[in-house]
Amino acid sequence: MLYRIIALIRKEFLALFKDKKTRVVLVVPPLIQLLVFGYAATFDLNHVPFAVYNEDSSSASRELIAHFESSPNSQKTTDISDSREIQPLIDAREVMLVIHISPQFKRKLVLGEPAPVQVIVDGRNSNTASIVLNYTRSIVTDFNLQWAQQHGRASPPVYLQSRAWFNDNLQSRWFLVPGIVGLLTLLVTMLVTAMSVAREREQGTFDQLLVTPLRPIEILIGKAIPGFIIGLFEATLIILIAVFWFEIPLRGELLMLYSGVFLFLLSAIGVGLMISSLAATQQQALLGAFLFLVPAIILSGFATPIENMPDAVQTLTYINPLRYFMVVLRGVFLEGMPFELLMPQLWPMALIGVTCLFLAGWLFRHRMV
Amino acid sequence: MKTAMRDRDENNSTEAALELNAVSKTFTSGKRIIQALDGISARISLGCITGLIGSDGAGKTTLMRLAAGLLLTDSGQMKVLGRDVATEALAIQAMLGYMPQRFGLYEDLSVQENLDLYADLQGLPLAERPSRYAELMHMTGLATFTRRLAGQLSGGMKQKLGLACTLVRSPQLLLLDEPTVGVDPVSRRELWAIIERQVESTQMSVLLSTAYLDEAERCAEVLLLHEGKLLSQGPPAEFSNRLKGRTYSLSATGLTKRELQRRLSRAPGVLDALIQGEHVRLVMTNHEPPDVKHMLLGIEGVELSAVPPRFEDSFVEMLGINTPKYPVSDSHTSVKPITGGAAIEVQDLTRCFGKFVAVDSVSFNVGRGEVFGLLGANGAGKTTTFRMLCGLLPVSSGRASVAGVDLHQAAATARARIGYMSQRFSLYGQFSVIQNLRFFGSAYGLNGVHRQSRIDWALQEFGLASEVDSNSDALSLGYRQRLSMACALLHEPEILFLDEPTSGVDPLARREFWRRINTLAEQGVTVLVTTHFMEEAEYCDRLAIMAAGRILVLGSPAEIKTKAQTVSQPTPTLEDAFIRLIQPSTELQA
Amino acid sequence: MTRGGSTMRLRALVRKEFLQILRDPSSIAIAFVMPIVLLLLFGYGVSLDAKNVPVALVIDQPSADTASFSSAFYATDYFKPITLRNMQHAEIALLAGEVDGIVHLRADFGRDLRHAGGAPVQVIVNGVNANTGRLVLGYVNGVWSTWLQHQAEMRGGTLDVPVQVEQRVWFNSELRSRNFLVPGLIAIIMTLIGALLTALVVAREWERGTFEALMVTPVSITELMLGKMIPYFVLGTGSMLLSVVMALYLFDVPLRGSFWVLWLGSSLFLLVALGMGMLISTVTKNQFLAAQVAIIVTFLPAFLLSGFIFEIASMPTVVQIITHIIPARYFVALLQTLFLAGDVWSVILPNALALLLMAIVFFVLVWRKSRKRLE
Repeated sequence: MLYRIIALIRKEFLALFKDKKTRVVLVVPPLIQLLVFGYAATFDLNHVPFAVYNEDSSSASRELIAHFESSPNSQKTTDISDSREIQPLIDAREVMLVIHISPQFKRKLVLGEPAPVQVIVDGRNSNTASIVLNYTRSIVTDFNLQWAQQHGRASPPVYLQSRAWFNDNLQSRWFLVPGIVGLLTLLVTMLVTAMSVAREREQGTFDQLLVTPLRPIEILIGKAIPGFIIGLFEATLIILIAVFWFEIPLRGELLMLYSGVFLFLLSAIGVGLMISSLAATQQQALLGAFLFLVPAIILSGFATPIENMPDAVQTLTYINPLRYFMVVLRGVFLEGMPFELLMPQLWPMALIGVTCLFLAGWLFRHRMV
Repeated sequence: MKTAMRDRDENNSTEAALELNAVSKTFTSGKRIIQALDGISARISLGCITGLIGSDGAGKTTLMRLAAGLLLTDSGQMKVLGRDVATEALAIQAMLGYMPQRFGLYEDLSVQENLDLYADLQGLPLAERPSRYAELMHMTGLATFTRRLAGQLSGGMKQKLGLACTLVRSPQLLLLDEPTVGVDPVSRRELWAIIERQVESTQMSVLLSTAYLDEAERCAEVLLLHEGKLLSQGPPAEFSNRLKGRTYSLSATGLTKRELQRRLSRAPGVLDALIQGEHVRLVMTNHEPPDVKHMLLGIEGVELSAVPPRFEDSFVEMLGINTPKYPVSDSHTSVKPITGGAAIEVQDLTRCFGKFVAVDSVSFNVGRGEVFGLLGANGAGKTTTFRMLCGLLPVSSGRASVAGVDLHQAAATARARIGYMSQRFSLYGQFSVIQNLRFFGSAYGLNGVHRQSRIDWALQEFGLASEVDSNSDALSLGYRQRLSMACALLHEPEILFLDEPTSGVDPLARREFWRRINTLAEQGVTVLVTTHFMEEAEYCDRLAIMAAGRILVLGSPAEIKTKAQTVSQPTPTLEDAFIRLIQPSTELQA
Repeated sequence: MTRGGSTMRLRALVRKEFLQILRDPSSIAIAFVMPIVLLLLFGYGVSLDAKNVPVALVIDQPSADTASFSSAFYATDYFKPITLRNMQHAEIALLAGEVDGIVHLRADFGRDLRHAGGAPVQVIVNGVNANTGRLVLGYVNGVWSTWLQHQAEMRGGTLDVPVQVEQRVWFNSELRSRNFLVPGLIAIIMTLIGALLTALVVAREWERGTFEALMVTPVSITELMLGKMIPYFVLGTGSMLLSVVMALYLFDVPLRGSFWVLWLGSSLFLLVALGMGMLISTVTKNQFLAAQVAIIVTFLPAFLLSGFIFEIASMPTVVQIITHIIPARYFVALLQTLFLAGDVWSVILPNALALLLMAIVFFVLVWRKSRKRLE
């Protein structure tokens, strides 16, 4: 039995790597995607272009503006002198933020009255807008504290000491790059497995396999292990790039990370082979994989937190293996999660994997032709 | 016999349907350069059917595509209906009908919708449509199926619909690329009737390529291509006349027909020996009559009679010299005897797809060492029966056991005793020959020294040694078929399942193939085979003819021929018998 | 070959294509099921706005002061607080992902409050999801300043804040992420139909040999191309209308610009997508490869590099330059402006022009690659 399975695995690798195009498709696009998306996928804002409409040419207002200018998050592009200029600037997306300082700014500040600063934000991208507003508030808060100190004014009775654990500078790359590890591993594994049975069915070689003494379980193992090895290789490559190129801290244990990778691959291969044994043609397999991949990625918590989703959708995410893997990846990379805390993520992946593999094996022989 | 007609026709200014002047065409596949056509000059006359004959890779399809303006020549000139293909492709395409090997029917459109599409594309005026449609539908017998999706038609009906689509606006030149491959004899006759009627009534010119050599005899003229060169051109009778006085039919009561054929084929002076029912047909290398006494020393009941030559004899003679022949040795396998009972037992086997009953309580037994043929029109249920017997399809009801075991009960051990060769090439195309052999050897549980010795045997036996490292996809059809067979025989199976094993394969490769089957059968291997070639059915010990999911007749070829005897046709061929027996049921089905 | 013959041929090809779309379940899956699934997922499922964030309030020594401070957290619907007495428990909860942040009031909170330096409140957020982390910090900040204001008023004064921010968010004052995700989705859906589906169906005709039979009819290459484009153009327009209707009536996204400009912009983008789809299939002639290429060069960039989710301005310069060759970038800019801002010609014109240019480039390429030959 072992001998036959080894023959099957060798055959599978030969089928995948004999063709130069497939070799390229399996290695190059994931790498390019990792690099491009690693850089492109970020919620951090750098150099937010802003305009200043300063009607109060005083030292105080200039100091406030200097606070904005010195922040790495924002970059002043224009000074304007007329309120009618605001609208076209924002409309055309030349600036994301306009800071309007009214003529009485300095006077009110000195008198101890609240001096208002109006900020106008482009809300077309609501997420960007909230981040810009947060930046603005913290810049103003800094200014206030400084002003209070310098001018002997009372500081507020309570102040906040904020810290972000695991990601001190709140870099979203630290959050997204481990996510991309999961995303690309899923993509490659699905491609390898989802097409494999369907292609053999289409070419007639699957019938030829079924008339040999090979048992369904042997064919299943023979199909699963190559996907597993390729997925493992791909995941390792991406993890290495994440750690050494993007310098994402790896705080947990490798053993934890790889037990997650192992179980995730099991579930991804299970889903892939199930789709593959359901499909009659390669096109159907491809579409099936696509119809699975898109919701799986969107509902995994990769870019948008699962807690923000409505309850019904949250329930739906429990059948998505990527959901669990995302938690494992981020937990191990950034938090150094111990085994007990990872357990609730690990067993569902194992369950999904075993169930799907079982169904796939059954479908090999019982699918109506 | 003229190797080129050009000299004779140069002064003749009458228009030809197709004129080729030193046409060459090469393709590059990977690093290899393939010379598909090599300086062909020919003239194809108007108003008749011209056959294009040749083995695989002779350049038939390339020639068709060049004529249709789908490819450009590398050198040389090509004229269709007096117009140059290179410059007037669009004008030619308006006068041309072309049916590629796999006609581009839209399988998710209905028969009527496919017809409408081609009528619109060909610009058939609306007023002419009702009468033309009626004519075509009547001719093809598709009138009752106009609403059915093309994908749900049987293979024969698909070909007829394809032909109807090409004929929707009567073209002046009709190009047909192997229109009858994989089509049952009844549909084949009907297709020919349609084509001949068209030629008669509209003076259409037809160029048709085919692997069935009996079809070549129906053509007015034949072009014989080989490896991109034109070997010969002329009326088919001219071809067969060359062998006048060299063809005989022989029978001997003291020997089985297979043993007889084997002995004769190795006898000196014999070019070809072919089983035909209980007789063996002989083609001699020269006009000396066969020295039967010497050939069959001590055999009783030998009868010899001269028969008229056929086109096929001449084909074998002309190409047999040009293609290297691989000796078919006798050292095949050491088959372990089947323990008790018949090799295959089928009892009330039924298979339904939804409400459709594809196979309807079929029963038969196949004895050990028997060659059993399953015949029938496309869609009669042959392949379904076959797939159930191989364990590829669950049985709806009834019982089927192979080598004493029910195959669908996941009996992996029983599967180790069968070999299977499917309709189309179904090995790993991107693997080399040796990789395929190694993989299937291991899949059948062979290993180590034993596997290596079987692979060595296969390479030598099937003449594959020179192609060991070639990709299977790059092999010619004949070689691919040899490889499939080699893979199916690696584990020395007791029972061999062959599903249309020779579909599309040229006559020479087919002969070689059957020679092997016969040797295997002699050694006790049981063979179950489906085919559309009636000459192949002659090799079988017993035949079952299926129609609409049931077995119509079961018996030896001779018995079946007797059943179809009529006063007007006292000695029917197997094809005549097949058509006679099957006709009432197909009409019933329609 | 008269003009009449040409329209007849074209009509036949278009009709054939529609029949095929309707009968092929996989076309229906891409053209109808996928857009609706995506719209529902993005409209209902996906949100970047955090609400009811679970936080742990750790109060070392409960008092009237701490009660007043923590009640501010209970009062807002941004937070779902739980009160704990022990910092260790809170830290474990944060590690286990049960809470996203910790607000810690120390034992001497009441005393420090009345001293000059003020009382520190320790705020810890889980920074793993940087975006959420930042939002939570912002919310805590908001709760804190509201509380300060409230306290000052109770004491009969005003809070002594030197500079006060008056924020105004244009176009999307409630900052609903749905309002920018749903319009951007139209670009994704049209890429799906225009590029992926078209690439697949054209490649399928090559694979099944149906093109070989078509080519020998008097059909010209222009008719063949138009016969493919018209049905998928109609299909793409249909899905655009469906998305707009769902956006306006199901998801309450405003459409502030003119519908006709939206229509025009979508048509331009659809032409580009069709051009890409046709080019991919003409070059690959194989469904598997065509799908791979279509997903990698059209679908994924439309998702990630178009500004649909991630802000282009924040990407590194090299990646920003790459986004200029992504057609979806221009269309997403058009969509977000038309839906939320209105007919801003300074945005519409340059982006529409870029799309037009790309459409021309792709069609010239397709034209040059297509031959009525098999080679």
